[in-house]
Amino acid sequence: MDFQLSEELQQLSDSVQRVVEKAYDFEARKKIVASDQGHSAETWNTFAELGLLGLPLSADHGGFGGSSSDLVSVMEAFGAGLVVEPYVSTVSMARLIERAGSDAQRAAVVGAVAEGNMKLALACAEPGSRYDLATIETSARRDGDGWVLDGTKIGVIDAPMADRIVVTARTSGKAGGVSLFLVPRDAKGMTLKTYRTQDSLRGADITLSGVRVGGDALIGAEGAGVAALEEALDFASALLCAEAVGAMKYACDATLEYLKTRKQFGVPIGSFQALQHRIVDMYICTEQSRSITYLACARVDGSDAADRRRVVSGARVKIADAARQVGQEAIQLHGGMGMTIEMKVSHTFKRLTMIGQSFGDADYFIERFAA
Amino acid sequence: MDLNYSAEENAFREEVRTWLDANIPPELREKVLNYEELGKDDLVRWHKILAKKGWVAPVWPVEWGGTGWNAVQRYIYEEEYALAGAPPIAPFGPTMCASVLLRFGSDAQKKRFLPRIYNCDDFWCQGYSEPGSGSDLASLKTRAERRGDHYVVNGQKTWTTLGHYGDWIFCLVRTDVDTPKKQDGISFLLIDMKTPGITVRPLVLLDEGHEVNEVFFDDVKVPLENLVFEENKGWTVAKYLLGHERLGTGRIGGSKRELGKLKAMAAKTLVNGKPLLEDVRFRDRLSRVEIELMALEVTNMRFLDEMRRTGNIGPEVSMLKIKGTEIQQALTELTMQVAGPSARAFKPLAYDGFDAFTASLAARYFNFRKTSIYAGSNEIQRNIYSKMALGL
Repeated sequence: MDFQLSEELQQLSDSVQRVVEKAYDFEARKKIVASDQGHSAETWNTFAELGLLGLPLSADHGGFGGSSSDLVSVMEAFGAGLVVEPYVSTVSMARLIERAGSDAQRAAVVGAVAEGNMKLALACAEPGSRYDLATIETSARRDGDGWVLDGTKIGVIDAPMADRIVVTARTSGKAGGVSLFLVPRDAKGMTLKTYRTQDSLRGADITLSGVRVGGDALIGAEGAGVAALEEALDFASALLCAEAVGAMKYACDATLEYLKTRKQFGVPIGSFQALQHRIVDMYICTEQSRSITYLACARVDGSDAADRRRVVSGARVKIADAARQVGQEAIQLHGGMGMTIEMKVSHTFKRLTMIGQSFGDADYFIERFAA
Repeated sequence: MDLNYSAEENAFREEVRTWLDANIPPELREKVLNYEELGKDDLVRWHKILAKKGWVAPVWPVEWGGTGWNAVQRYIYEEEYALAGAPPIAPFGPTMCASVLLRFGSDAQKKRFLPRIYNCDDFWCQGYSEPGSGSDLASLKTRAERRGDHYVVNGQKTWTTLGHYGDWIFCLVRTDVDTPKKQDGISFLLIDMKTPGITVRPLVLLDEGHEVNEVFFDDVKVPLENLVFEENKGWTVAKYLLGHERLGTGRIGGSKRELGKLKAMAAKTLVNGKPLLEDVRFRDRLSRVEIELMALEVTNMRFLDEMRRTGNIGPEVSMLKIKGTEIQQALTELTMQVAGPSARAFKPLAYDGFDAFTASLAARYFNFRKTSIYAGSNEIQRNIYSKMALGL
């Protein structure tokens, strides 16, 4: 048992924190969010230089062989700084390809991602799917030695800036008939309707009509898509948990600062017990979230799939509940100021809310926890 | 970061588990697992078994009988202890009075009391709260006046857990009524409960059980040598004891055991032919408690790790008491709910062959409301956190 970061990780964590504080101070972030690209190419290159993009990828394929736990402090820094880079999408899909893909796919993707030359996104949700990975209608039918994809995907986070998109499609009508395809974003027949999300990311709804890809676009075995994707999304979920912990910690600290400085009735409002107990509960909630995040990250890299599914789902339930409580309370304790777009904490609340229903909400994950 | 126990730690766990399994008298374990009341004889019997093994007071210095275990080993021990269904060791002697004596007691006091505490030759209880002094403990009024070679004590203590078993009681008493700060006139006294003038009266709790008492002092003579530390410095002693106590208040092991029992019960209880455990409404409530407990276990490990590295833990540890008791309470509530209509019958009036275990579940739920009130109410814990950790 040891909760200390190694010296090497501590250095990395410090560097990431410095980068985020500099490149992502609140004013700088506003400009990044408003830019055409919706993220910072410069920061992305810095991530590559720091080794963040290859960190969770195997050293055999051009990554740095880090564990999920190694990413906790990185993701916390992203959460505190409200970083909008397509990091979770890219590394989780690269890790998926590394684990489930062919040698050729690995060779094409892992190194390029680690070097900062390729960004990835995941298109799985559809108008009728909600969070279920198998309830999809997008189809892939064989055509010669390739495939043709047709269907509609929604809420594809980071799609506008992705070079390639992992698309789920039905290759047979049976329960196990979901397969994964790696499709270039600019593939012919693929139309993106892009938008900014509530939490200032970029997303797209995608129409695929007669999108033709080669046989080498299929990731893993035909019909084996759900299991591979579940593992990848558990990894992504663990990272989101850590991001949420960083965001919650920021919300707590900002609220505490406000309680100490804002005066009413001639005294700091933090002198009122009604508010003291509420902020204490925010901190406790954040620390409990941090604990279960540590557990989730430890299990994500383990070999026991049932255990991984259970613990990550439990963590997602806790994080969703906590994100809601901490986010709502941060706004309430900031009073009217919390309602304005000028406060960073308001943006933190929006990000926390959206993390609470990324890949599934508390109801979805509590079902999966007990299943 | 590594959340796993080392091979040595796992071997230690195995050693503890094996010994407990072999040495807890089955009839005592039965009582614990069935929520039956343990009498003084039961408690003393088990205490003496554990004393012989040398495991009564792991934290004590080795010279006085401590085990020399580190924080992680102590936690493993506590967890296995709870999982095994071992009877409790009443904390008032070995944990509370002894840590005060070890820190503040004279050599003579240590030699006189520590071995008897270790072997449970004296059963101790705690005289802190008074009718007018609960959370505001420093307002206490029980008076000790110096007369020659002894004090004369008058006043009343309350909520005295197991006071009806007590041979000795450690008390906070007021030795100076004229100090500007009420904390300054308090002293820490050890009082033999067989002294004339002491009356113990039961305070029956809402589950109709007798565990706490009122203790009245009427011109009770206490030798001056029973003063611990300096006169009027009792608050320093009291604060030390409070700070000393908080690690371990999460009761993780006990809650894990209760969660397991609850799940087993819910799996056997049918609703429309299906296990209650699969009922979505019930299961979601259970899952949230389980998830909170999973998180608290890691939180506890983080505090242990901090303790091991720095020898100290911050005031944030109050969260263990808050979350730990919330979980304990939620578990008793869900367990009562599993019993359904059978939870209503009240044990002492029941007929022969009555299922006393089931009938204890509602009583246990009622009884466990105490956990968020005792040992510094959860509101006081939030005050501590707010003031000491957040600087509010």
